[in-house]
Amino acid sequence: MFNIESWQEIFETIRKNKLRTFLTAFSVFLGIFILVILMGFSNGIENGVTTQFESDATNKISIRTGTTTKGYQGLNPGRRLQLRNGDYDNLNQQYEKNIEYKTATYSTWGGQVNYKTQQGNYRIEGANADQQFIENQDMVSGRFLNQDDLEEKSKVAIIGQQMKMDLFKDEDPVGKMIMLNNNVNFQVVGVYTDPGGTREESRLFIPLTTAQQVFNAGQDIRSIAYTVKMEENFDQAVATSMAMSESIEQELRSRFTVNPEDRSAIYVSNTLEEAEKIYGLIDTIRLVFWFIGIGTIIAGIVGVSNIMLIIVKERTKEIGIRKALGALPSQITGMILQEAIFITALSGLVGLLAGVFALEALSPLVETDFLRYPKADLGTSLTTLAILIVAGALAGYIPARRASNIKPIEALRDE
Amino acid sequence: MGSSGSGKSTLLNILGMLDEADEGSYTLDNTPIKNLNEKIAAQYRNKFLGFIFQSFNLISYKNAMDNVALPLYYQKLPRREREERAMHYLEKVGLADWADHLPNQLSGGQKQRVAIARALASDPKVLLADEPTGALDTKTSYEVMDLIQGINDEGRTILVVTHEPDIAQMTKRIVNLKDGRIIDDTLVDQVKAKANV
Repeated sequence: MFNIESWQEIFETIRKNKLRTFLTAFSVFLGIFILVILMGFSNGIENGVTTQFESDATNKISIRTGTTTKGYQGLNPGRRLQLRNGDYDNLNQQYEKNIEYKTATYSTWGGQVNYKTQQGNYRIEGANADQQFIENQDMVSGRFLNQDDLEEKSKVAIIGQQMKMDLFKDEDPVGKMIMLNNNVNFQVVGVYTDPGGTREESRLFIPLTTAQQVFNAGQDIRSIAYTVKMEENFDQAVATSMAMSESIEQELRSRFTVNPEDRSAIYVSNTLEEAEKIYGLIDTIRLVFWFIGIGTIIAGIVGVSNIMLIIVKERTKEIGIRKALGALPSQITGMILQEAIFITALSGLVGLLAGVFALEALSPLVETDFLRYPKADLGTSLTTLAILIVAGALAGYIPARRASNIKPIEALRDE
Repeated sequence: MGSSGSGKSTLLNILGMLDEADEGSYTLDNTPIKNLNEKIAAQYRNKFLGFIFQSFNLISYKNAMDNVALPLYYQKLPRREREERAMHYLEKVGLADWADHLPNQLSGGQKQRVAIARALASDPKVLLADEPTGALDTKTSYEVMDLIQGINDEGRTILVVTHEPDIAQMTKRIVNLKDGRIIDDTLVDQVKAKANV
């Protein structure tokens, strides 16, 4: 079936029937084209959502306190709840075996930062050394905070990439001195990037202990964050993470004597639970897109099959002649099958390439948070290609069988 | 020969294994031809038999040369050899110069000559011709019959189905059919077609 001679036969028939071949090819082309575009977009949505999501670690539990809104056990509403170092140490001890990274922060929303003649307003956060991993930050240069900084209350600062560009332009900031709030000098020891983008890169980190001292905060902390040790099984990790965040919430409620109905006084959020929902959503979107794509291809295949049937009908007499001249039934089957596979594979391939190029061209124009870099990856392309070959064989099979079953005498009578 | 509906073509088709007999037996090359599978039938048709049809049955999108070469393709000969042999037979029927022409660029007589060349190409033992002159005018008919006689003189058996008495007279033996039965089988003095051209 796969020798040069039979290819020559097929090219000859295709050359003589250009329009017919084109029409057949077009439906397959369109099917594959649409599938590739859909796959690209589903990848894009996944990229977008994942990026949004991974601006922080996905297994994060964060804890914040606010003001009570309901009275409880004789206490008035409107009471401000303040976390302290002791609470942090307490929780650390209690959940030690589940904790991967831990940090407590003390932050001010806006702080003035000066470097030589440049100045800007940035969020200043006192944090622990693990902050880097919880925020999913990567170092561009220098280092992050370490335990020594915290113990010695060093005046060192880690700045975001955005701040570096604002204040230092092309200069290397590591080792330079900056001034916070016009009264304290800090030495820059590192620059980080954050997948969260510009907003998250406009922050400055200093040791928590230093922050508490500089801002006169005593033992106060604003928030606590943990990441949970991941387990092999994702569902199990989600369960552990949920149990831990609920338990922490209970703990703090009784510590601060908060009304169980009061939702806004203590806020413990659990990213993993949300991650699970989002990944579920992405899977659903992917499934729906595949379903639509495969449906479109099936429509294409049916089209090819249909046209091949017409071709067989149209060529009944020719097939009769071929049989009278000694063509084997397998040669007739092979001829039709090969033509169908060839047309589907070729037009599908063109559709695949067109789809990939269209995505490449479209990708830079797409600028929404939930759709990033829509493109067809190699896996998708190979899967599509495999579908194509199978599709071609399916499309050709029934017509080919019919062709080989034609009785020569009936075929020759056919006018 | 015989009148329309007497079963001439059916007999020829059965002999050519294009059709199957409802009853009776047919033995070709010591093989009983009955419920033969398509694969073996195809091999017999290819090696033993050459067909010539009233309506020529050339493949319209192939040129004369490719039409003649088609049976050789199914014998799996290499392309070069197919073309050489096809050319040889086209020369034999006097159409070497028309090798590149498509069937619709040829006259009726020329088409039938291409069909004859095609039937000869696989070097068959027997040629089966179903009304080979049925669609041709008298003059062209005689030209075609001249060709057929020439092939016969080379020692090849040819079965011609016709209802025209003058064509029948150009054969060596006439079998008459009526209502599906042989009613007469006689040897005749062959009239050379050339004399009438």
